[in-house]
Amino acid sequence: MPLSTASNFAKPDDAFRAIVEAHRGLNDEQSADLDAALVLVLANHIGDLDVLNEAIALAKRRMLDASQQQQQQQ
Amino acid sequence: MALTKTEFGYRRHPDQDRAGANIVDHAIVVVGAGPVGLSLAIDLAQRGQSVVLLDDADRIGEGSRAICFSKRSLEFWDRLGIGQRMVDKGVVWSVGKIFHGEQQLYQFNLLPEQGHKRPAFINLQQFYAEAYLVDRVSELPAIDLRWRNKVTALEPRNDRVALTIQTPDGPYRLNAQYVIACDGARSSLRQMVGAEFAGQVFEDQFLIADVKMTAAFPTERWFWFDPPFHAGRSALLHKQPDDIWRIDLQLNRFADPAVEKLPENVRPRIARMLGHDKFDFEWISLYKFQCRRMSKFIHDRVIFAGDSAHQVSPFGARGANSGLEDAENLAWKLDRVLRGTSPEALLESYHIERSAAADENIRESTRSTDFMAPNSHQEARLRKAVLSLAKETEFGKRMVNAGRLSTPSIYATPLSTADGDSWRGGPRPGASMLDAPVAGLRGEPMFLTEAFIGAGTRFTLLEFNNGAAPELPEGLGAVRIGGKDGLADSAGLAATRYDAEPGTAYLLRPDGYVAARFRHPTRPALDAALARAAGQS
Repeated sequence: MPLSTASNFAKPDDAFRAIVEAHRGLNDEQSADLDAALVLVLANHIGDLDVLNEAIALAKRRMLDASQQQQQQQ
Repeated sequence: MALTKTEFGYRRHPDQDRAGANIVDHAIVVVGAGPVGLSLAIDLAQRGQSVVLLDDADRIGEGSRAICFSKRSLEFWDRLGIGQRMVDKGVVWSVGKIFHGEQQLYQFNLLPEQGHKRPAFINLQQFYAEAYLVDRVSELPAIDLRWRNKVTALEPRNDRVALTIQTPDGPYRLNAQYVIACDGARSSLRQMVGAEFAGQVFEDQFLIADVKMTAAFPTERWFWFDPPFHAGRSALLHKQPDDIWRIDLQLNRFADPAVEKLPENVRPRIARMLGHDKFDFEWISLYKFQCRRMSKFIHDRVIFAGDSAHQVSPFGARGANSGLEDAENLAWKLDRVLRGTSPEALLESYHIERSAAADENIRESTRSTDFMAPNSHQEARLRKAVLSLAKETEFGKRMVNAGRLSTPSIYATPLSTADGDSWRGGPRPGASMLDAPVAGLRGEPMFLTEAFIGAGTRFTLLEFNNGAAPELPEGLGAVRIGGKDGLADSAGLAATRYDAEPGTAYLLRPDGYVAARFRHPTRPALDAALARAAGQS
């Protein structure tokens, strides 16, 4: 099964909000710890290495795009 | 200590008096009398080959070094006639525990099922293993073991290799059809053939201490992340024979080896770990390690096996065990090529199979090492997350990596015949045979691995009787289960482990790996699989 990038939540704002609220009151270090644990929990829930690799690639591509845009602006 | 000789004298050999046109030609010269070179020489000798075995020292190395020998290695040593001696002396174990701080996170059992001749692992100091192997060598006149014989030059010729060998009496020369380099991680033969040995160097340092004490710890592998006695780092405790305990402590990257090794500095660390000071040091060693392998294991007529060909981190017991797997893989192939029953191309499968195994061992041990010694803040953070999740989740426990212990590789190899029938289980082609308890013709209990040895440690058909077995090709050994002249599968485990029905047959290679399997073998199918496994097609 390929990585789903369709919108899967009936109320996407609720999902985004849940993650934002989980980080409320945390400093950067604590937030990074929370994200690390969350990534591992969700990765295991997905349980499919191909999907995980696709997700990693998608997330990384966003980072690369952002840094290229930054370079072009400079 | 109940040993057994560890020092051996140099003896002049008549070969040393030969020069020029009278230089002696040998079929096989093995360089390095460590566990790999000794085991390889024994296997070859048992197959009828004469072997010259050279070692530059005159004694067995000091220190316990490799201590964990796997089930697969013990099964190999059973075929060499010394498995029982190793097991009798060794400490048998199969359970590992992993702690984080003071809390136990996770426990694993490497061999949770019954009905195997050999345990998952034994711990045995390498010097015992070597001493027993040397004893076995001395029973085999086909092996000519020459101490203090150091190879100083190799010259490739068309059909042989010319070796120059330094001895206390000066140099002499020999020719060999094949030279097998088992001369360890710092292999001088590797340099002589000009091979690269590139890979990853790990900066973290580890301290090994063997301490003698009487203690009531169970015979299990105990690993700690961030223990109270060694904050922020990892530690390992493991039992060896003679009330010796192996302790492995991770040090920081910048620790000064000379200072860290001093007993007065090691002692307080270990006293904190054990909670007492009643122990003596047997051996202290500090090491860093590398994960790397040669790109080719075969350089014309010089073939590399063991640490000379590949090096891994020690977490996972993949060093000596993978070297022994190299030896069992190479011995039967070299024997067949020298006899002319297989073409020289069969040797290429040694490189294909064992370099893939080396890659697997490097991958596994690198992952363990990176988990123990994270390379960045983020890696450390991910590890911290895994360790904390392991307290309450099963997936977290399974992600904790304190060393994944050596198991035999499954070879993707041109020697295998792909499955044509359907299977729900059982070892697939390229996997090593599985053991199971059976009963002999007089009802005597035995194991399948013993029956394989009894059938001659050669190409062997393991058949589950249906009364209609095909006529076997000449020279093929047979192990038959069921029927009136077969072994009894009293517990039903052989059939279960091999997913067998009446008529099922497995073609085993001389190293005990599965070459092919059939629900109902026909003679043409068997002939084809046998030819493929022998490198003839």
